[in-house]
Amino acid sequence: MIEVESVDVSLGDTEILRDVSLRVPAGEFVGLVGPNGAGKTTLLRTVNGAIDPDAGRVLVDGDRMDDLSSRAGSRRVATVPQDTGTRFAFSVADVVAMGRTPHRSRFGSDDDGDDAVERALERTSTASFRDRRISTLSGGERQRVFVARAIAQEAPALVLDEPTASLDVNHATRTLSLVRELVESGRAVLGAIHDLEAAARFCDRLVMLADGEVVASGEPADVLTADALATSFDMESVVTRNPVTGTPTVTPLSDTGEEERSVHVLGGGCVGAAVVARLHAAGFAVTAGPVPAGDELLGVSERLDVPTETVPPMSALDGSALAAAGERIDDADVTVLADLTLTPDGGLLDLAAEAGRTVVVEERSLDERDRAGRDQRRRYERLRERATTSGLDDVAATVRSVEADAGRHVSRRGI
Amino acid sequence: MSSRHWLVLSLLSAILLATVLTSATIGPVSIDLPTVAKAATNAVGVPVGLALESEHTGLFGVEFSLPVPSAEYRYPFAFDVPETSETIVRQIRLPRIVLGAVVGFALAAAGTVMQGFFRNPLADPSIIGVSSGAAVGAVAAIVFTVALPLPVMAFAGALLAAFGVYAIATQNGETPVATLLLAGVAVQTFLGAVISYMLVQSGESLREAVFWLMGHLHNSTWAEVEATLPVAVLAVGVLYAYAHDLNVLLMGEADAHALGIEVERTKRILLALASVVTAAAVAVTGVIGFVGLVVPHVMRLLVGPDHRILLPTSALAGASFLVAADTLARSGAVEVPVGIVTAAIGAPFFLYLLRRREVHTV
Repeated sequence: MIEVESVDVSLGDTEILRDVSLRVPAGEFVGLVGPNGAGKTTLLRTVNGAIDPDAGRVLVDGDRMDDLSSRAGSRRVATVPQDTGTRFAFSVADVVAMGRTPHRSRFGSDDDGDDAVERALERTSTASFRDRRISTLSGGERQRVFVARAIAQEAPALVLDEPTASLDVNHATRTLSLVRELVESGRAVLGAIHDLEAAARFCDRLVMLADGEVVASGEPADVLTADALATSFDMESVVTRNPVTGTPTVTPLSDTGEEERSVHVLGGGCVGAAVVARLHAAGFAVTAGPVPAGDELLGVSERLDVPTETVPPMSALDGSALAAAGERIDDADVTVLADLTLTPDGGLLDLAAEAGRTVVVEERSLDERDRAGRDQRRRYERLRERATTSGLDDVAATVRSVEADAGRHVSRRGI
Repeated sequence: MSSRHWLVLSLLSAILLATVLTSATIGPVSIDLPTVAKAATNAVGVPVGLALESEHTGLFGVEFSLPVPSAEYRYPFAFDVPETSETIVRQIRLPRIVLGAVVGFALAAAGTVMQGFFRNPLADPSIIGVSSGAAVGAVAAIVFTVALPLPVMAFAGALLAAFGVYAIATQNGETPVATLLLAGVAVQTFLGAVISYMLVQSGESLREAVFWLMGHLHNSTWAEVEATLPVAVLAVGVLYAYAHDLNVLLMGEADAHALGIEVERTKRILLALASVVTAAAVAVTGVIGFVGLVVPHVMRLLVGPDHRILLPTSALAGASFLVAADTLARSGAVEVPVGIVTAAIGAPFFLYLLRRREVHTV
């Protein structure tokens, strides 16, 4: 168990950490999030004993780290560094064997050493390239080797400094899954993770640092709120729920530029929210709705002051909401159908039919979204034919080109 | 250590022995290999006792006696060898060859440690001012009338310079490697100025001073071997015990600390030992360049970066290299300082490796 109690750290004349406290019980993965310069690395270096705190204390399994020798400390805390230099030509097996350093004496031998190294190589699937030079590996392979080294160190606590900073999404996920396995086997793990979504997905709890202080801690969903992100990262963002993992997803927004053309977004949910956020970020004047109260999209639109029509949940679209949304569609230069769900009443399709230039964004297949019947489906397909389809990522660009191409699209209002 | 490592070490030891014996056959008088081998075996002495003898010396006009350790040897072998040959081999050639081997051993080992320590392929044994310090001491001993013998002056100068660089670069108990490197360069430059000034003032003794600066093994004696060999072997032995720590330090200091290395203490020990090894070598032979730079690079290509094998192999290869270079230096019509030969052979070879992109890192 790692216990950090009211730790202050200054480097030179600069105060880096102020009254930081946190606990990582065995079998738990605590993620450290926060902007650059928040003191994450300093905190990790204090936990692994590289820095002695000016005040407060760090305990690992009950022992004060600043009382321990480097050797004794490294038997308690293993560290996976941020992407380490690749200049040296040690083999993978050599690097993993370096994890045994705290267990070997200068002249004696380390009896369990070879076994521990073997186990670590197996566990991280790095045994197959054990004789390759570390400098010839890809970033993802190399990071697994450093996790293997930490495993060979056989310490009850593990500290990770941005272990996935230079990895692609696949290797980042593999590395963190591996760390997750170590957590399940009873290690206490504290890791600085810059990717907020990954942190939310893999960590049991998060601690958010800003300016050397803990500003939030707890379950990922409680820590990653738009407000907390706004204060600590100084960034406008939208937090929605990832439909696949069920964990929070953070979408940073850039400041709105010059508002030029107006766009109305029909359809809600994650995709609707993402479309609103992206179009807003691209500088469009965005309106949205109607969506049921509690829809994912409202989280975004409230934050960004995007005018949005709402209807009570589970109720049919009534006349006034339809009329209000219809006005907005009339005013809009472009209407986006965001992964529209087909309902038996067909209200959204009536509105969509009112629209002039139309862009269709589809993330799910039509079958998944079809809760109506053949007639509605046929209407939707006709709409889709005369609209421009777009992926979620390039929706802003598509809207802009559709809008510029105005001449080729004739308003079919009233079909 | 794997069996492959033992094989490499045995091979290099055999090469060293062969180089030493072959070198002893070469000279103005040609002596055949069997005779050399017998004479050399006769010269193998086993130290059986250590006595303190007092030696009279004077410093700054004050006369005093220094206790000097002196070993007693027993010579277990007595092959029948013609007396002239035995004298030439044992009294003239072997001291020089063995001293060359010891100095090459020391310089290559120190160079290996410094390159690893500084994580810098340009590092050599004199990187923190050891050679410049030795040169100041030696040139002062040559140019001015100083009571202390030249090697003592050189040894003291070397250690003073290294300690000075270390002290300048250390702040709050930490010695950043980059600061150490820069301090070393600055101190070397400063000491270079001191040497140049002394050379300008030297007058008659200029030739002797320049000869020393070039590095030579001329007129070597068993006494020099006795003074250098124990220091070099002992210090390299301790360095070998730190070979694993040096490996871990290569990963970076933060990483090394996380793996349980007491970084600052280990750095101090490595620096002190490497400086003593270098000082012991340059104090008796002057500044012999390139051995400590080239040999570790070549061995790294052959055996890899693991200091547990790199350090002993570099040391053995350095010994062979310097013996061979010195044989060349003394076998021409006019003897040249060995420093010229090592640089003249070493530099082009190093450039060849560079062009082949084989040497680019530690």
